Amino acid sequence: MTSTFLIGSGAGFSGDRVDAPQSVVAAIAASGKPGAIIFETLAERTLALGHVARAINPEKGYEPLLEEFLPPILAQCYQHKIAIISNFGAANPRAAAKLVRRIAAECGCPELSIAVVEGDDIRDSIDLSKSQVWEGDAGLIGNADEIIAANVYLGARAIADALTAGANVVITGRVADPALVVGPLVAHFGWDWKDWDKIASATLVGHLLECGSQVSGGYFADPGYKDVPAMENIGFPIAEVSQEGDIVITKAAGTGGCVNAMTVKEQILYELHDPANYLTPDVVLDITQVTIEEIGLDRVRVTGAKGKQRPLTLKATVNFPGDWLGEAEISYAGPNAFARARLAADTICKRLQMRGLTVRKRLDFIGAMCVFDSDAGSLDDAERGNPQEVRMRLAVSSEVKSDIDKSLQEVLALYCCGPAGGGGVRSRVQSRIRTVSYLVPRDLVSPSFFFEEIPA
Amino acid sequence: MKQVTIKLHEIAHARAGDKGNRLNISVIAYSIDAWPFLLEQVTAARVEELFKHRGASRVARYELPNLHALNFVIDDVLEGGVNSGLALDTHGKTNSFRLLGLTLFVPINLTLRTAKNTNMPWCQPVPVEA
Repeated sequence: MTSTFLIGSGAGFSGDRVDAPQSVVAAIAASGKPGAIIFETLAERTLALGHVARAINPEKGYEPLLEEFLPPILAQCYQHKIAIISNFGAANPRAAAKLVRRIAAECGCPELSIAVVEGDDIRDSIDLSKSQVWEGDAGLIGNADEIIAANVYLGARAIADALTAGANVVITGRVADPALVVGPLVAHFGWDWKDWDKIASATLVGHLLECGSQVSGGYFADPGYKDVPAMENIGFPIAEVSQEGDIVITKAAGTGGCVNAMTVKEQILYELHDPANYLTPDVVLDITQVTIEEIGLDRVRVTGAKGKQRPLTLKATVNFPGDWLGEAEISYAGPNAFARARLAADTICKRLQMRGLTVRKRLDFIGAMCVFDSDAGSLDDAERGNPQEVRMRLAVSSEVKSDIDKSLQEVLALYCCGPAGGGGVRSRVQSRIRTVSYLVPRDLVSPSFFFEEIPA
Repeated sequence: MKQVTIKLHEIAHARAGDKGNRLNISVIAYSIDAWPFLLEQVTAARVEELFKHRGASRVARYELPNLHALNFVIDDVLEGGVNSGLALDTHGKTNSFRLLGLTLFVPINLTLRTAKNTNMPWCQPVPVEA
């Protein structure tokens, strides 16, 4: 029998709207159809920060917003058999599972079945000298002695296996974002892992959902050009997928946002390079034959995903300690504002030189097209215009924190020693984490899952 | 046929994303009528010119006729990106709108996006001689 499976997104990044999952779960439950919801909350640096948090406290290192995302929806998901699949385990999926167990008890479903997927952490097994640096990171160097974390992007098989074995919630660390969707679709429809076009369709669904509202009106509005209704209440996306791999992208009725051909096209191409070869652990996706069709209000049909055999290698993100980044800003407004801001920048350059501060630096004029400028300030002056309000920004980086502090203090000193009318100095310093991506052989990686124990 | 100059923004929308020091920007025509002008005038060479001052070393252009879209992959343009960049927007996400600032020559009768927007003063094309 052919059935439609509904899969929704509850979050597209760590820090997404915490109330977004509620309308998604309500809509799937009301449909009476089988379904699942994913939370994609793990970026390259989010995971490294998780490892840092875990080193300080062994019970931390998972998604910090977990306690806000889950309680409003957990009981309803359990009641309606809507599986929850998420990488919110981050650097510590086992600790996340314990927390979910506690939330489950508080929500009245203590017997919830929680699976933990492991195998992504390859810090102890990766050999950088034998691993190839991913071509997009060519030139970056990693020092094996300094590794903070090394995690490989797992595919969807362990997720699918856990769901088939009866998991209500599947918690992972690093998996390829689309795998969160591929897992439940393969588990539900029983597709062959070598049915490349089906796996490709599932991967395309995952790619469209992984950034949450970015396919349903988020990161889209351009007033007068692309207007989006009720952005304060954007409905997160829901995909309706058939046994044959047909896809309809939609969202809950009564929510804000929009799903149309434009939102879907923008998200299909988001962070995608060669459209014929989108590499994931489970399949190489080819979207060059994909067609998009609006079939109703907030309903878009997506067809034509093609798949090729999965790659021989897996991608791993390895994190290393980075440098210090310092930023300080001061505002100028009114007559001759831009000239005064430029004088401030010129003065800062001379002061850093006088004090022998050999930091790497950049000066920006916020309000004068600075996001399009280069570190050297080589943007054509005609592009900057003559803004009446400018915020001069100094950014510096160094391995030596004290040099950062001294450099930023020079911006503070502009209060008295700088051009007329400067105000609103703010500054901040942060340590950075560097990432280098490597390609590692599959035999280095053995994904698995286990069930978190249900307390007696 | 009289020609006008317009910003690419009048006939296309775009989204940018990063991976390391590599940026991709999709450019999508609002209508099938606009698509040939994207194909013809939004070339890899022009895009490279837009980002040369930031060190762009290579621009690849992919055509997606089914979607009326182009996808540009621009290497070495983020001056270190989120790893080591000093810019405000280390991800380079704002650059979709730099690309949409590109000037195109189109026939004066080319329909701009949707009718409801054509009474907006900032959408009016500036006529020039052919």
